[in-house]
Amino acid sequence: MEESILFQVEAGVAVITLNRPKQLNSFNPEMHKALKRALKQAEADDSVRAVLLTGAGRGFCAGQDLNDRNVNSGAEMADLGESIEKYYNPLIKQISNMPKPVIAAVNGVAAGAGANIAFACDIVFAAQSASFIQAFCKIGLVPDSGGTWVLPRLIGSARAKALMLLGDKVTASQAQEWGMIWQCVEDEALIETAMSVANHLATQPTKGLGFIKHALNHSSENSLDDQLNMEKDLQRLAGQTDDYREGIAAFFDKRAPEFKGK
Amino acid sequence: MPFQTEYPDLKCDISNQGVLTITLSRPQKRNALSNDVLSHLAEILEEASLDSSVKSAVIYGGESMFAAGADLHEMSSQQSIETWLNPRPKLWQRIDQFEKPLIAAVNGYALGAGLELVLLCDVVVAGEGTLFGLPEITLGLMPGAGGTQRLARTVGKSLANQMVLTGQPISAQKALNSGLISEVTIAQNTLNKAQEIATTIAQRAPLAVRAAKTSLKSVPNGTLGQGLVMERQLFSLLAETQDRAEGIQAFLDKRKATFKGK
Repeated sequence: MEESILFQVEAGVAVITLNRPKQLNSFNPEMHKALKRALKQAEADDSVRAVLLTGAGRGFCAGQDLNDRNVNSGAEMADLGESIEKYYNPLIKQISNMPKPVIAAVNGVAAGAGANIAFACDIVFAAQSASFIQAFCKIGLVPDSGGTWVLPRLIGSARAKALMLLGDKVTASQAQEWGMIWQCVEDEALIETAMSVANHLATQPTKGLGFIKHALNHSSENSLDDQLNMEKDLQRLAGQTDDYREGIAAFFDKRAPEFKGK
Repeated sequence: MPFQTEYPDLKCDISNQGVLTITLSRPQKRNALSNDVLSHLAEILEEASLDSSVKSAVIYGGESMFAAGADLHEMSSQQSIETWLNPRPKLWQRIDQFEKPLIAAVNGYALGAGLELVLLCDVVVAGEGTLFGLPEITLGLMPGAGGTQRLARTVGKSLANQMVLTGQPISAQKALNSGLISEVTIAQNTLNKAQEIATTIAQRAPLAVRAAKTSLKSVPNGTLGQGLVMERQLFSLLAETQDRAEGIQAFLDKRKATFKGK
């Protein structure tokens, strides 16, 4: 059987590919488990200093595989809360708590949870032909995987509400214009562009980047006072890293720093 | 030099400012609180009580674990009579009698006896991702070292009942909201934060700190009327101390006070 997740490390970048192309990389339990393992491995491996998440084939991820849902009339209704608690919520936390940058290369349609998984990543690139859809409302469901949290923060409440209530498709260029993603690029250039940014990040002070990510993850829930306090704590920790020492030394020596991610 | 003794399961370290840091170190047992650990902890705290160079103490369990509970191997072999005659309640009492400020720096898990130890501390700081719980019920037993009593007085009835009866843990954020802990920080910073608080306390007048802790500790034990009487007595007692005169004078002179513990 084909692996539902491909995992490969090159030059400090873990490339994780959702690999159920025939189902537009929609999730079944097996893919959830494999993705969880891959992210865990990327986090634990010190040689990995950036993660790139993308999809095989023409889609990025179509969210939940609805073929897995038993909702025939008469049959007992599936408990959707259970799969969210078991798979989707831990996945979103795993991505956002990953102390290394996670880049999404959205190669095609990102629908439902698939869109929200992309938004959980730190920097999102999308191919010109890709699109984002909060499809949940069309089948009577609520956007999950952090959608209702992240989308209003990315594009504001007015746009987030309309998108979630109407289920309209957003093109990659519209998504860029609205600030929903970092950059929309030509289809052919997508992987190369995302990979070169991932490669760059893999040479940077990984711990420091992890702290930046941490601070930003908390900024919308903290008061200014609490956030200032958090910045102090994180700066104290960052100031104890080898990479900070190297950064300062390289600055005074007028040479390029060589960061180790420690 | 005191506190350089290394117990097999605890490490001690005292800072120049008089902060004693006690680190639980039985990682292979997830810092399980056996009778030995509790008795070593009691010994250290008793020694620290009498040592005027110790101003405050921090209990820490490491970056990924505080204490996962009691030692189940130790407990499983005990029948009713042995349990009744067990010295354990006395050990808890000895720890509870420590008269200097005790701060818990908690990461990972504080479960069962681990949470009961947390509940004995005056101030609790926790890392994000820490889980607090009393899972005793899932083993067919119940908390036996203050879990039901101190937790209910700390977080209120409904949450305490939920935690004790379901055995399911709560997050650091929920613990913060419910008053179980006073600070949440990034896990690598938990010890720093606790030591920062302990150091601040260590700079205060020792007798005033001791009297204030005594007054605070009495809160659950009596009526408000009794508490107010005792508070006033302790307050009056401090009027006799040199440090009080020094504290007020230094404030009026706009200089830093020098406390002598007299």
